[in-house]
Amino acid sequence: MKQQAAKSLRAFAIELAVYAVLVVIYFFLVLHLLGDWLYRLESHHRYVCAGVALLLIAGQAVVLDTVTTLLFRLLRGRSR
Amino acid sequence: MYFPISHSDINPIYLVVVGFIIGILGGFFGVGGSFIAGPALRLMGVDWNYAVGTDLAHIVGKSIVAARHHRTLGNVDLKLGLIMALGTIAGAEGGAQLIQALKRSGNVNSVVSFVAIVVYVSISAFMLWESRKTLQTDKRTSQSGPAKGAVSKKDHSAFGPVTRSIQRMNIWPMISLPTSGIPKISLWIILFVAFVGGLFSGFLGGGAGYIRMPSMVYVLGIPTHLAVGTDLFEIVISASYGTITHAIKGNVDILIALVMHTGAVVGAQIGVVATQYFAGPKIRLAFVPLPLIGAAIVIYTLLTGHKL
Repeated sequence: MKQQAAKSLRAFAIELAVYAVLVVIYFFLVLHLLGDWLYRLESHHRYVCAGVALLLIAGQAVVLDTVTTLLFRLLRGRSR
Repeated sequence: MYFPISHSDINPIYLVVVGFIIGILGGFFGVGGSFIAGPALRLMGVDWNYAVGTDLAHIVGKSIVAARHHRTLGNVDLKLGLIMALGTIAGAEGGAQLIQALKRSGNVNSVVSFVAIVVYVSISAFMLWESRKTLQTDKRTSQSGPAKGAVSKKDHSAFGPVTRSIQRMNIWPMISLPTSGIPKISLWIILFVAFVGGLFSGFLGGGAGYIRMPSMVYVLGIPTHLAVGTDLFEIVISASYGTITHAIKGNVDILIALVMHTGAVVGAQIGVVATQYFAGPKIRLAFVPLPLIGAAIVIYTLLTGHKL
């Protein structure tokens, strides 16, 4: 039981490290590219911006959730 | 990092950490965590209108992740969630109208603060009493009863007799919620509970999970695990509505929400997995400090005059 918990914890720590690297890349690529465009959209097209905001957060939720789930499954598989 | 929409300069690591903490709370308790996210953004100098709108957008993303995981664990009653979403949206509009009326009378801050303190402290006191009583009863039953098994999703509450009499109220139309194990309950009672949750959401801000989750357990009789998952599913719908309305009014900095959400994804997964290791009354007991944190923040702002 303790061994299993230790394995899960190690897998989780590796997942966090990999995830942190991915998030840093995400900040520099996606947010820098989207920042200006979203700012202009917010200033000139509020209704479109509202729809885009909802799509972006929902899309990011699904994508990041899939990535973390895959990472966790992959790392857990390897640690067994 | 500069966020041009809200004209604020915030360290993204701070946002990720705040998102992570709120993610854990959301996954474990089924709450949006607005009582932490709003003040956390305000601390970084984000204006209140952006803090409220951005928090709602971030709640949508976080709740999608947590609700998906709860669904795979069988903790989401879709039928109940969809019905409740209707009541919540109507209630949120009612709450917003109440705020507008108080704004016109000129005492919005004092009235909302007073109501918030009373509501938060009452919820905490009631849940502390109920969960402790249920845990004590459980202890006595397990000493004389059958051997311990796996943690069941069908938990019971010291408030059970009241819940059962509410379920027996025969007000047409009656519906069944097989996923939640409720053979018959009035549709109006579900809508009323959702409406009250929405009213507090519109009146006090955020998703009002601190009202809705306990109401689902004690008034509707939904097992705690299902109440947490269904509440999150319902929050996805009502917070989406809130995000759209706030974004149209120019109150959402979606870039801040996106950054906060990267931390919330991992936090929500931890929170959801943690619910599997705790029985319903223990989850409810752990919930007790959360509304008190909200009350403490409101008392602090009242006493010092600072907007946190």
